[in-house]
Amino acid sequence: MSFTRFGSIAVVAVAASLILSSCAANESTTTGSTNAPASLSGTLAGIGSSAQGAAETAWSADFQSANPGVTINYNPAGSGAGRTAFLAGSADFAGSDAALKPEELATASPKCAAASKPIDLPVYISPIAIAYNVDGLKDLKLDAATIAGIFKGSIKTWNDPKIAALNSGTTLPSAKIEVVHRADDSGTTQNFTEYLSANAPDVWSVPAAQTFPFKVGDAATGTPGVASALKAAKNTIGYIDDSAATGMTVAQLKVGDAYSTISAAGAADVVAKSPIASGRGANDLAIAIDRKNTDANAWPLVLVSYLITCSEYKDAATGKLVAAYAKYVASDAGQQSAAKTAGSAPLAADLAAKVATAIATIK
Amino acid sequence: MTAVTSGPIVNSLTTGKLPRGSVWMVLIGSWAIVGLVFMFVQFAGGTKTFNLVGSLFLGTILFDILIWVLSYLVEGVRKAKDRLVTSLIATAFIITLLPLVSLLYTVVANGLGRMIEPSFFTESMRNIVDASGGVVHALIGTLEITAAAAIISIPIGLLTSVYLVEYGRGNLARAITFLVDVMTGIPSIVAGLFAFALFALLTGNPGFRAGISGAVALAVLMIPIVVRSSEEMLKLVPNELREASFALGVPKWLTILKVVIPTSIAGIVTGVMLAVARVIGETAPLLIAAGFTASVNYDLFANPMMTMPVFAYTQYAQQGAHASDFVNRSWATALTLILVVMLLNLIARLIARIFSPKLGR
Amino acid sequence: MTTGPEDKIPARTRLGDRVFSTSTIVAGSIILAVLAAVAIFLVIQAIPAIVAKPGTLPNGAANFWDYVGPLVFGTIWAAALAMIMAVPISIGVALFISHYAPRRIAQVLGYIVDLLAAVPSVVFGLWGVQVLAPAIQPFYVWLNTNLGWIPLFGGETSGTGRTILTVAIVLAVMVLPIMTAVCREIFLQTPRLHEEAALALGATRWEMIKTAVLPFARPGIVSAAMLGLGRALGETMAVAIVLSPALVVSFFLLTSQNPETIAGNIALQFSEASGIGLNALVASGLVLFVITFIVNAVARFVVSRRRAFSGAN
Repeated sequence: MSFTRFGSIAVVAVAASLILSSCAANESTTTGSTNAPASLSGTLAGIGSSAQGAAETAWSADFQSANPGVTINYNPAGSGAGRTAFLAGSADFAGSDAALKPEELATASPKCAAASKPIDLPVYISPIAIAYNVDGLKDLKLDAATIAGIFKGSIKTWNDPKIAALNSGTTLPSAKIEVVHRADDSGTTQNFTEYLSANAPDVWSVPAAQTFPFKVGDAATGTPGVASALKAAKNTIGYIDDSAATGMTVAQLKVGDAYSTISAAGAADVVAKSPIASGRGANDLAIAIDRKNTDANAWPLVLVSYLITCSEYKDAATGKLVAAYAKYVASDAGQQSAAKTAGSAPLAADLAAKVATAIATIK
Repeated sequence: MTAVTSGPIVNSLTTGKLPRGSVWMVLIGSWAIVGLVFMFVQFAGGTKTFNLVGSLFLGTILFDILIWVLSYLVEGVRKAKDRLVTSLIATAFIITLLPLVSLLYTVVANGLGRMIEPSFFTESMRNIVDASGGVVHALIGTLEITAAAAIISIPIGLLTSVYLVEYGRGNLARAITFLVDVMTGIPSIVAGLFAFALFALLTGNPGFRAGISGAVALAVLMIPIVVRSSEEMLKLVPNELREASFALGVPKWLTILKVVIPTSIAGIVTGVMLAVARVIGETAPLLIAAGFTASVNYDLFANPMMTMPVFAYTQYAQQGAHASDFVNRSWATALTLILVVMLLNLIARLIARIFSPKLGR
Repeated sequence: MTTGPEDKIPARTRLGDRVFSTSTIVAGSIILAVLAAVAIFLVIQAIPAIVAKPGTLPNGAANFWDYVGPLVFGTIWAAALAMIMAVPISIGVALFISHYAPRRIAQVLGYIVDLLAAVPSVVFGLWGVQVLAPAIQPFYVWLNTNLGWIPLFGGETSGTGRTILTVAIVLAVMVLPIMTAVCREIFLQTPRLHEEAALALGATRWEMIKTAVLPFARPGIVSAAMLGLGRALGETMAVAIVLSPALVVSFFLLTSQNPETIAGNIALQFSEASGIGLNALVASGLVLFVITFIVNAVARFVVSRRRAFSGAN
């Protein structure tokens, strides 16, 4: 009797320990290789932007493959959570869809050396698409004022004169426009509303914000939520990261006097030509995106996400590791890898050079 | 009786009965009728696909009405009412089955294909950027963290419920009962924030994220469920058993350990498993307290640990350029999580059966 | 001899008894300590938001109560809708398992229902948004066009089906297993003699249930409903994924602008919140804590009247 009791518990315990002791096949221990030149080792904790999440997966995979002793744990908890964690010293670096605010810059992170300031490095550029789902409607053309009107709720049907004026020769249905916007606070909404309030201030009369300001249409959670709403329901329109807009019809945007089609190059170009925000540290590359860029094929509806690090770490080993990781992230290889995995736009060459210079100073 | 309403008052001893099997005939008949209606709608172009769920649902409601009318005509008002309630209860059951079957079908249909690929149970996500990769790191994390949470919360919860039922009188017992109720109202994300802040304070490291803090967050959520369910189960043990044991001179603590707890062990195990099932699927507190990693980590006390709900959620929420790779992993993880809980449930029932007294029931 | 002074015979104090009863008290006290720690943590984090100056809170709220008001409404409204659906159905299913289905089938059914408690809430959310919402949207359109004169079904129908009614259905499905499990256990405890007496008097099965089972089980049903309500009030992920919220107070069931729940709001805003916004979220968590506590206190009050049935006293 008591044998069966303990016998079966033992069976359960053995089974459990068998499951737990099995090792992951892709984690073969190659750390012992002697010919690796003074390879890095250690663990880095990053927290932040979920927009960067897929790109960070690619970067950490590449970086860990090159340096088997390193583990990078990027927690896509959100930009706000990332900045808070970084400033509280609970992360080695942060990913954020917005640069540090002035009051945050003034906070000393326990991770950083005394009297050194954290720096913002633009490493992830993603164009934001205006995607729609209307039967038979292709090549929709929109300008900022019309987009603002649609998302504010003042343009209610697809054949509204304001839309028709931009799309002469296209038959527009009389259906009601079903607007889809983000329900959660997000960097995508922040950049979308920044674009509208810069280019159509008389229609989009509220300041840019990470919370969608109007009570219009459907709210959906996260990029996948918006994507599934756009795919599931007819006559919808929404703003969405370009990487998730594959397979959807996307609108052309009136930039200057011409219409531009969404492109990674156009987005990267706008970011590269935008001025660096003034009044910050020497190597702080917070970008004041020029939303009114009117170059041909420019795409000023773009999101820039930053890697936030200390300019000098208290712990020199951490500093070395962060610098090496950031260097890879901003390198051409890193940017191409993110473009492939996450669908982002690689940095333009001159901006990449500036970022590399800033990274070289990280200690 | 209120049951006497208008209608033909017939001698209840001689009222007729619906023939055997007629209930099933009526049910199938009404499903068929509504199914035909939907088929006509489909051919007329009203809907693109045959609406199976709709025809089962409306067919069942039609059945409820038909059976009442038939029974009222043949069997009289009391019997008709009985039949109506029976059919309504069956309807409730079918209504419950519809979403649950649909849910399970969705998870299996979306997750099974990816789950049976060999990479899923042999790989973690370290250095994975393509469609391969697996759940090993998350499986290990979920098992270790849930086990640690159970090890923390089961003794505390069980002893507390023993205190409340067997010892507790007066203010302390009332206070504990009261506060256990409050504890069930802790939002899960708050438990995560609390555990994170607690360990940052204890370790002096503001960025301390490890399996153990996730386990503490889950234990905070688990304890009240364990206390409440075990308390109810211990109360059901008849007092005669305790008195018989005392009369034989058995000390109180042995009575509790050898008589009271074994008698109620099946119910206690069910309660514990409900609690485990409740917390094993938590996402937000684990993301905050236990962190996020793509690598295997066996150590509960250092470095972040991945768990299955966090993995499923982040794979869904941060899809890269090849969204299907991520979505497939997400569904496969959800399916695996359900299977893990089923397995734990079976093991727990086995243990309960071994320890519970053999009764002639 | 028997009228002598009553000498109490002191029971032999045993070491085992002392150790065991002390450890149960220690366990109970740990709960008190943990709860006190959580409460202190919550209150400290919540105070900055509760006393915040106008204009500093999210959503342009004038003060904290203005901020949390619509969320409280949404929380209670969504949970109430879910309960309206879940309570009768779970009583029905529990009765089906305990009194209608054949014994052997009933055990299997009970096990299946228990297992469904194991489905994680993220999965309920994904199912709600990807399967239920698109499937039920045409039905909403039909309701709106044909029954739109009923205020609940008025307004402009959502194009995606991600409405508060969909959320309530998802919540109802989520709480069904736990409520059914508790109800079933209680129905099975009905004294056999009462049931047989009712049947012997010529009652039909329904009359037997009405006169013997339900009166006995009423407090237990209340207890089960309160357990389910607690879960429905605090559900985070499923609400966050399914609902299309707009921070309004509205009774319309089918529109795109739905009231948001406290837990759903925390999940949506937490990741991007910093500073006072974070405090406001924790403070709203404190409010949810109080609401759930009131619900549980009511349940405890109702159930306490049933003490006489329990075996322990």
